[in-house]
Amino acid sequence: MSALLDVKNLQTYFITDDGLVKAVDGVSFDLREGETLGLVGESGCGKSVTALSILRLIPNPPGKIVGGEILFEGRDLIKLSEDEIRAVRGNRIAMIFQEPMTSLNPVLTIGRQVSEPIIVHRNTSKEEALKESIKLLTSVKIPAAETRVKAYPHHFSGGMRQRAMIAMGLGCNPKLIIADEPTTALDVTIQAQLLELMKNLTRDYGTALIIITHNLGVVARYADRVNVMYAGRIVEKGTARSIYGDPRHPYTIGLMASVPRLDQDTKTKLVPIEGQPPDLLYVPPGCAFHPRCIYASDKCPQVVPELRAVDANHEIACWENVKK
Amino acid sequence: MSKNSNHTLLKVKNLKVHFPIFKGAVLKKKVGDVKAVDGVNFHITRGETLGLVGESGCGKTTTGRAILQLDRPTAGEIYFDGHQISNLTDEQLRPLRRQMQMIFQDPFGSLDPRMTAGDIIGEPLLIHKLTAGKNEYREKIRELLQVVGLKPAMFDRYPHEFSGGQRQRIGVARALSVRPDLIICDEPVSALDVSIQAQIINLLEELQEKFNLTYLFIAHDLAVVRHISDRIAVMYLGEIVEIATRRDLYRNPLHPYTRSLLSAVPVPDPVVEAEREHILLEGEVPSPFNPPAGCKFHPRCPKAGRSLCREKAAVLNKVAGEEHWVACHED
Repeated sequence: MSALLDVKNLQTYFITDDGLVKAVDGVSFDLREGETLGLVGESGCGKSVTALSILRLIPNPPGKIVGGEILFEGRDLIKLSEDEIRAVRGNRIAMIFQEPMTSLNPVLTIGRQVSEPIIVHRNTSKEEALKESIKLLTSVKIPAAETRVKAYPHHFSGGMRQRAMIAMGLGCNPKLIIADEPTTALDVTIQAQLLELMKNLTRDYGTALIIITHNLGVVARYADRVNVMYAGRIVEKGTARSIYGDPRHPYTIGLMASVPRLDQDTKTKLVPIEGQPPDLLYVPPGCAFHPRCIYASDKCPQVVPELRAVDANHEIACWENVKK
Repeated sequence: MSKNSNHTLLKVKNLKVHFPIFKGAVLKKKVGDVKAVDGVNFHITRGETLGLVGESGCGKTTTGRAILQLDRPTAGEIYFDGHQISNLTDEQLRPLRRQMQMIFQDPFGSLDPRMTAGDIIGEPLLIHKLTAGKNEYREKIRELLQVVGLKPAMFDRYPHEFSGGQRQRIGVARALSVRPDLIICDEPVSALDVSIQAQIINLLEELQEKFNLTYLFIAHDLAVVRHISDRIAVMYLGEIVEIATRRDLYRNPLHPYTRSLLSAVPVPDPVVEAEREHILLEGEVPSPFNPPAGCKFHPRCPKAGRSLCREKAAVLNKVAGEEHWVACHED
């Protein structure tokens, strides 16, 4: 099957007063229909900027997509006009943001906000859109949806707001949903409810999903494939099973060793990654991870490693051959 | 609860913290209480780490603040090193505050941006008059900076010059400066990046060993709590629903809430995840302003079948032969 989304060598830079920030610097990946991709990394690794670039939501200035292609359903999103990309946003590609508190408009009713993409993209009447909204809110398990459409966001709890966001995203039956830290602000039991809901809905509708998160567990449970990002680049990508079962990049190995796991029985000492993620204004030369890497050799500070295959469906950007 | 109670550093008996709610602009009338903490009992042995887990609004932070008397308890008793402290005046409390310190969640909001790192760490030393002169003061702080893994040369830097992990180290050094017995850690790693969390967790463990510290570790991340704690208490709507050793709680969770909480935390391994049982809870945590009658968990409980659950509050009962307590009507 051909790819639904094919990102090739994406480069998104920000021109700031302090200098050039290469937030995304040569990122390539693809996504097939109905597939779930996890985009993992720590703050500042470029995972959110990648998502915003796909929807062309990078504020310009200071940001700019300076290179690459984003092929979606055969068209390069970067080359589309403003009107054309607007017809894609919320329609073919929907986005669910991290903060359900701030990403809903506080002065509009939930029904109005869930209706909006339907009215805009499907050209329906307000009444029809509202009926559709009630159906959508029911499908995301908001009880008494007929009355809740008249409620305002502040009447809703964090979990319900995020459900409303999901309903809004599903409104036009998109081919791709990008969820940027969709559950980070929520409690664990609510997080589990929502992720399960998203998984079921995307499966029922055949929607592809990109989950952006720093939580390795969430990705393990829900993603088919995983991209690990560090300092604006993908450092390891592969199927979830290969990444978790046999991580090959020292950063991925380090991340796994630094999180306590519920299924580990003994009080094993955690092995943290020393140092901290780099300031993107001063990215170390060569492999950006080399100052924190315990396997770094002479070559690492000098030449940037490109992604190379280590196995079927498993690539790493590293000069060394490391195993867990 | 413990047999050798002479080693008990902290004992909390039937602690209640209620926040009154008023209505009306001119004539304020009390219309009810938010029962943030509603009858909590536990103890911590010297040198031990007790983990306190629960979701937002369950009262775990308020419990921590009430122990330090930052929120005055509505009822109940708190014994620190054998002395009742919940009825003391501010003046009487002051010397005790040296022995109990707190580490806060937000490394960005909890440090005064206009003070240098050194002075932030040293402030408690001045308040408690623990240094003789300027030289000793600076020397002590340099030492503390090293203890928490920072460089003594960072003394004169300001908080904004540090990363999140480094700021949290400053918070730890400040708490350590007065050589406390008990440190209440309120979500100390949840604001940090994954690779940095482990650094702080390891630091806290090393310091505990070095200075024989006792921790009350408050967090919502069960994997982290399990890693660092000796015993764990699970809170729901202002009450402890289960308390057990780390091993028992994770191997043999008895309360339905604990079980679903554990199953909700994903394990970073797709092979394990595919086989794990996931118990999804219906609904959300009710408001502590108007909690459900009977067992507070019954509206969401997958096991609540009996009328007893709806009518009678569940109290902690000891599981025969184990240091394991659970508040549930079901077996």
